[in-house]
Amino acid sequence: MSPRRRAAVVGVAESALGRTPEHTVLTQQATAAGAALAEAGLGRDDVDALFVAGGWSWSPAVVLSEYLGLRPAYLDGTNIGGSSFEAHVGHATAAIEAGLIDVALITYGSTQRSDRSRMAPRPATLTEQFERPFGLPQPVGAYALAATRYLHEYGARPEQLAEVAVSARRWAALNPKAFHREPLTVDDVLASPMICEPLHKLDCCLVTDGGGAIVVAAEDRWADVATRPVVVLGHAETTTHNSITNMPDLTVTGAARSGPAAMGMAGVGHDDLDVLEIYDSFTITVLLTLESLGFCKPGEAGDFVDGGRTAPGGALPMNTNGGGLSYTHPGMYGIFLLIEATRQLRHDYHSGDHGDHGDHDDHDTAPAGGQRQVSGAELALVHGTGGVLSSTSTVVLGRS
Amino acid sequence: MTGINVDAESRPFWDGIAEGELRLQRCRDCARAVFYPRVFCPHCFGGRLDWFTATGAGTVYSYTVAHRAPGEFAGQVPFVVALVDLDEGVRMLTRILGAGPGDVRIDARVRLDVARLGDAEDSPELPCFRVVEAA
Ligand SMILES: [Zn+2]
Repeated sequence: MSPRRRAAVVGVAESALGRTPEHTVLTQQATAAGAALAEAGLGRDDVDALFVAGGWSWSPAVVLSEYLGLRPAYLDGTNIGGSSFEAHVGHATAAIEAGLIDVALITYGSTQRSDRSRMAPRPATLTEQFERPFGLPQPVGAYALAATRYLHEYGARPEQLAEVAVSARRWAALNPKAFHREPLTVDDVLASPMICEPLHKLDCCLVTDGGGAIVVAAEDRWADVATRPVVVLGHAETTTHNSITNMPDLTVTGAARSGPAAMGMAGVGHDDLDVLEIYDSFTITVLLTLESLGFCKPGEAGDFVDGGRTAPGGALPMNTNGGGLSYTHPGMYGIFLLIEATRQLRHDYHSGDHGDHGDHDDHDTAPAGGQRQVSGAELALVHGTGGVLSSTSTVVLGRS
Repeated sequence: MTGINVDAESRPFWDGIAEGELRLQRCRDCARAVFYPRVFCPHCFGGRLDWFTATGAGTVYSYTVAHRAPGEFAGQVPFVVALVDLDEGVRMLTRILGAGPGDVRIDARVRLDVARLGDAEDSPELPCFRVVEAA
């Protein structure tokens, strides 16, 4: 069997983040796409595949193709929630291996913070008619149901959930683009307003605007690109349920399947990984994911993250941009996990070093001091979670 | 108002609720109960499902107390939403009536109580539950 034709992330960019009333979902995705391609030293006409998720149009991939003037030979509108983008990287990698495409563009954009629009109530249809009429706030209420069960089964404490938010904030303090950077304590989290027991306001991700783009290229093209390629070593995805009622076990996510599958494809073990980027829609999401991925035993994730293990300077750096809890969270966050992992593996954050690629414009991240850079990072695990713990996708990336 | 779009598949269920009964399906092939209504059994993919009336008794698998809620539900906080495992072996999301913070625990025994949650005339009758035996 001939060796697989490899794929790598060769360009990443965010659009403007935070509150961006001057942007639309189209301008966000276009500016991010332009910046990611420019970083890679590629042009629009190099792109032969477009991957877009989101619910802002009847077909985001078709609308964005027209807007960008693209005529892709390969379209993928896979929308499985916040984990869509890890799935897109997997699908792009498979298409590259199969020889169908050379350069894939993956984009996302949202103006959910600026919109502030509430959809008019509409009748609950199909399977949602058995949940929505009871008034559970979504998605937080579903995650709260999982958190209650988790605390009950393992005797875990709300303080251990809060620790996840505290670690994220410590990373955010090192990220000039983070939405919240001021210091945060466990007591602050527990003193913040209760939303759905046991989750407080500061157990919940941000609501921001923002967008991002990723360029994935076949290895034949790596010699042409201006960045150090970050190789896709493994990928897998799954879904366990749609509504929280149908989650088989509220304490085990699809990570228990997609994680080992992606790590097996990459041929890496837990101890090989230098940095984790784990979807943190809520603090409980991270604890369940760490256990389901096998970083610790069921019920032990609270102890695992205790003492700053995943915080700056800890043994296993996680969510090194501040995460959805403190950096940004425009509806679907998964693309930002990939952007951060790529920058860590390129060593973009080394002090006084912008990395070995071209000039940064203001959409790029300036070095935030050496602390944010995970020293000698070679392997990263990126894990997205979508819906209400409904879908997961895992990607293993490696420095080339 | 969050109405319910009753459809061809769910009509027997909602007709039952209107009569104060919780009607589920059972698979003739694997004998397991099925909820929500389907044309295929999600366990064995058997296609022969019969309606039956459940006892309305169940156990709390998990719960949350909502302190914030959107739209029409905002005025109802704090309220308790729970996942209830019915004795027949299926799980439902529901509202626990007559309960506030601290009143519901995992493993509490609950019983069906069909009720309207909203004041509006078109507020649908829903399969809610009440605690009958604390955990
Ligand atoms: Zn069956």
